Amino acid sequence: MLDVGRHPNISLMAYSEVEQVTGEAGDYTVTVRRKTRYVEEDKCTGCGACTEKCPTVVPDAFNEGQSYRRAIYSYFAQGIPSTHTIDPDYCRQLNGKKCGICQKTCQADAINFDKKDQLLELNVGAIVVATGYDVFDPSQIPEYRYRDLPNVVTAIEFERLLSASGPTGGHLDRPSDRRIEAEIAELEKKAKRSQKALDKFEKTHAQSTAEFYEAYQKGQVGDDPELQKWAAKYEDHLNISGPLEKLRQKAAGFSTAKRLAFIQCVGSRDFRFYPYCSGYCCMHSIKEAIIAHEHEPATTSTIFGMDIRAVGKGFEEYKIRGGNHSNMRYQRSRVAEITRGPDDNPVIVYEDTREQKVKSEEFDLVILATACVPAESSGHLAELLAIERDDFGFFKTDPVQPLDSTREGIFICGCAHSPMDIPESVAQASSAAARAVQVITSKTAPSGAKLRKAS
Amino acid sequence: MSTKPKATPQPPEELRIGVFICNCGSNIAGHLDCKAVTEYAAELPDVVFTKENLYTCSEAGIAEIKKAITENNLNRVLVASCSPRTHQPLFASSCAEVGLNPYLFEMVNIRDQCSWVHMQEWDRATAKAKDLVRMGVAKASFLEPQQDIESSLNHRTMVIGGGVAGLSAAESMAGMGLEVVLVEREEALGGLARRLNRLAPENDPAAERIATLIGELEAQPNVTVYTGAEISSMDGYIGNFDANIRTREGAAVQEKIGGIVVATGAVPLNPSGLYGYDGQKVITQLELEERLRDDTCQAKRVVMIQCVGARSEERPYCSRICCMTAVKNAVLIKQHDPEAEVHVLYRDMQMYGPQRERMLEDARGQGIRFDVYNADQPPQVQPETVEYYQAIMGETRRIPYDLVVLSTPLVARDDVVALSQLLRVPIDQNGFFLEAHAKLRPLDFATDGIFVCGSARYPATVAEARSQGIGAAARLASLLFKDKLVTSALIAEINPDTCVGCMGCLDVCPFGAISYDPQKRICEVNQILCKGCGNCASTCPSQSARLKGFKPQQLLAQVRAA
Repeated sequence: MLDVGRHPNISLMAYSEVEQVTGEAGDYTVTVRRKTRYVEEDKCTGCGACTEKCPTVVPDAFNEGQSYRRAIYSYFAQGIPSTHTIDPDYCRQLNGKKCGICQKTCQADAINFDKKDQLLELNVGAIVVATGYDVFDPSQIPEYRYRDLPNVVTAIEFERLLSASGPTGGHLDRPSDRRIEAEIAELEKKAKRSQKALDKFEKTHAQSTAEFYEAYQKGQVGDDPELQKWAAKYEDHLNISGPLEKLRQKAAGFSTAKRLAFIQCVGSRDFRFYPYCSGYCCMHSIKEAIIAHEHEPATTSTIFGMDIRAVGKGFEEYKIRGGNHSNMRYQRSRVAEITRGPDDNPVIVYEDTREQKVKSEEFDLVILATACVPAESSGHLAELLAIERDDFGFFKTDPVQPLDSTREGIFICGCAHSPMDIPESVAQASSAAARAVQVITSKTAPSGAKLRKAS
Repeated sequence: MSTKPKATPQPPEELRIGVFICNCGSNIAGHLDCKAVTEYAAELPDVVFTKENLYTCSEAGIAEIKKAITENNLNRVLVASCSPRTHQPLFASSCAEVGLNPYLFEMVNIRDQCSWVHMQEWDRATAKAKDLVRMGVAKASFLEPQQDIESSLNHRTMVIGGGVAGLSAAESMAGMGLEVVLVEREEALGGLARRLNRLAPENDPAAERIATLIGELEAQPNVTVYTGAEISSMDGYIGNFDANIRTREGAAVQEKIGGIVVATGAVPLNPSGLYGYDGQKVITQLELEERLRDDTCQAKRVVMIQCVGARSEERPYCSRICCMTAVKNAVLIKQHDPEAEVHVLYRDMQMYGPQRERMLEDARGQGIRFDVYNADQPPQVQPETVEYYQAIMGETRRIPYDLVVLSTPLVARDDVVALSQLLRVPIDQNGFFLEAHAKLRPLDFATDGIFVCGSARYPATVAEARSQGIGAAARLASLLFKDKLVTSALIAEINPDTCVGCMGCLDVCPFGAISYDPQKRICEVNQILCKGCGNCASTCPSQSARLKGFKPQQLLAQVRAA
């Protein structure tokens, strides 16, 4: 990213969308909407002081909604450019409320609430489409009960949980436990507030609340409305502190997830959804299991899959190493369903095809290896670029020219082309660049002319 | 910290050092006392100018550096801020813009390595920042001006191997206006694909696809093709390689080239001794391809066995393309003769990606039987039947056959070691060429100017080989589109007067940048190949090898100031 951001021949237009494409190979005119960040890009230094002061809390999309960010934010820490952005859906100032704290905080004077979208017209010879893919939403699969069972997560959610910069600092805290901890924090806040009110009463009446309440229950305090209020406040407080204590006791027994299950082909190789193989998910499950084990050696992982497809360079070796050294077991099967066990533990019901038995097994956390699916925007983009898509919704290419779209001068690479892993995407990206240069060379120079003479 | 060095060597000229302390908003200033650090820096020897900036990297901050250099006649600049990895190029080039040699710029990191890691320790973080600045100033005193190294680039390229990957690389580079020399060992272009029948998943004839590729290449005016030829020697380095080619006639031809694409492919394993292979009734998948192409396959009952000699202890890798090949051929047999019975015995069906999974489903729909076997219980080929353990039913089964087809992996060619030594590039434990980075630089070698694609890197389908060939072309073209090669001056040099020619540095140089001159009996550094890692400098017993920008006196000054 840094190399791209600094390259003299690359103008990077992040937070921008293509609106229109006209012309032909060698001479396309592209209209780009540069969406306003409400932050002056040439002034913002990415220091993050605004984020610290912003009062508006928003679910963090980068962490898959598992943590919170502010309304002024940088999408993730190492993002290029490091320019911050105001989220217009949440910002108080932009929604007509009084705020502007970030503007006052910013020492670089970069915040500009009046900044508008800009439309740019670019003249280009060729276009490379590298718009990637979406992750399949597994809540469509009823038997896996994603969202219903808190400890069933997607691979990308798990990836964030494993990350040192993620919502749990890399510890595998279970979502059900995190919910309870959030509940405790919320109750603690309430308890603190009600305790403060009680303290006030105690001070005014020079009596402890417990003593007062005992007298109150015996009917010894009369019907002074002030004292009635005190009693009511105390009862409220008990209603908070009772459940709080229970939750605290429960939380004392929490430990990180150690028994992990990975379910492969979630949405892939499934005729209800996407019949194809997404290619990379076997490897990312193996990788996640290995990393989880490195983080906590007591971790065990079971990978439930039909075939384990480790087809890239070094992949099979990696898979075997995982099996030998990382407490990892490969279970050939198709999981029938996930049910709720005690303590929110997901229970996997599957057929062991080797032993011809239906088995069920309890885990701390289940990770769904979700399919790689065509980006939701790809239909719109296909129309915009006047290129075709294949049966599945990926951009169509020619088998003889695997980078060429159905329109001359427009090239496809990465998961916009079809599901693939990083090395393949990187290799394809280089190829798409070569094809783009070839178009520009042939369209701008007479046929057969050389760009460079041999020296 | 305060021990006095015995004899401090004196810097050669009158020093005028400027020090800029960055607040980075509150990232630094929020956790340590930048004002105190600035005041401290002003007291250091030879520091004639100091400035505290809110953001040194902002336009205003850069303008202040430039102004200070001009107005105060600074000849060294130190910025104490964030990571050199992100900001050193910006600051150094800003110095250069007002005439200060960029190698006289020094940077210390008081953010990532100080304020961020000592957030709750105001006083100690401030003291550490002072230490870091003092060390930086000490090193800056001994910095020397350097000139970037420029070298010429030959814009002619070479592709080794004329299979799908090589043809694609050559055609693509020629299409980008580069001159291409293509060297193919066989008499004809096309590589392994020439022996194939049809290509999945479209099932178009391989011969046609090859003809198209060769036709496209031949249409390019700036391509020289040597068939029946081999590379006999290769010298030089990025931009200036000297290749010797031994032609079909045995003549030696010299070619001067700027970069190389390696596309030498791979060969299918010969399964002699495995599963009763005899080339008649038990054949390889490639031999089946040839029979199908020539329409000489009459078998009614076919059993295919996957992972023959692959995913084993001896050869642990998965060859990627054999499952797809088996499914393709199984379907072709069925299409040719719907009565034929085809069984595929497999371990995992590697039908990755959208088209291949569909092929598998279609094959199942056509009645082709797929049965899984375990590696510890491989099928047995008997004279009339293939015997295997059917895990789902929990029983051993026998399938009668006319033909057994073994799916063998692609393996590295015999001569890959020789070629890797010739080109000075590495191979992996399986004999495939080893790229610079498995994920981020899959088509590059660590050696500059040489690239790899196709099955020479790892088994690849025709479409993948083509895509990688074009990709390698782009990697090489992006180097050769420049007029000259400019590299950093921060490289090693060996003092010819003190070098005793012990060759200790040769072994530790990971880039093959050092050579021994037997006449002068000393070691010499190739400026282009050297990456400035410093291994030789730290190994040299006579301190003849030095790394520019990190010479002993520079580093020792820094250490002594600590």
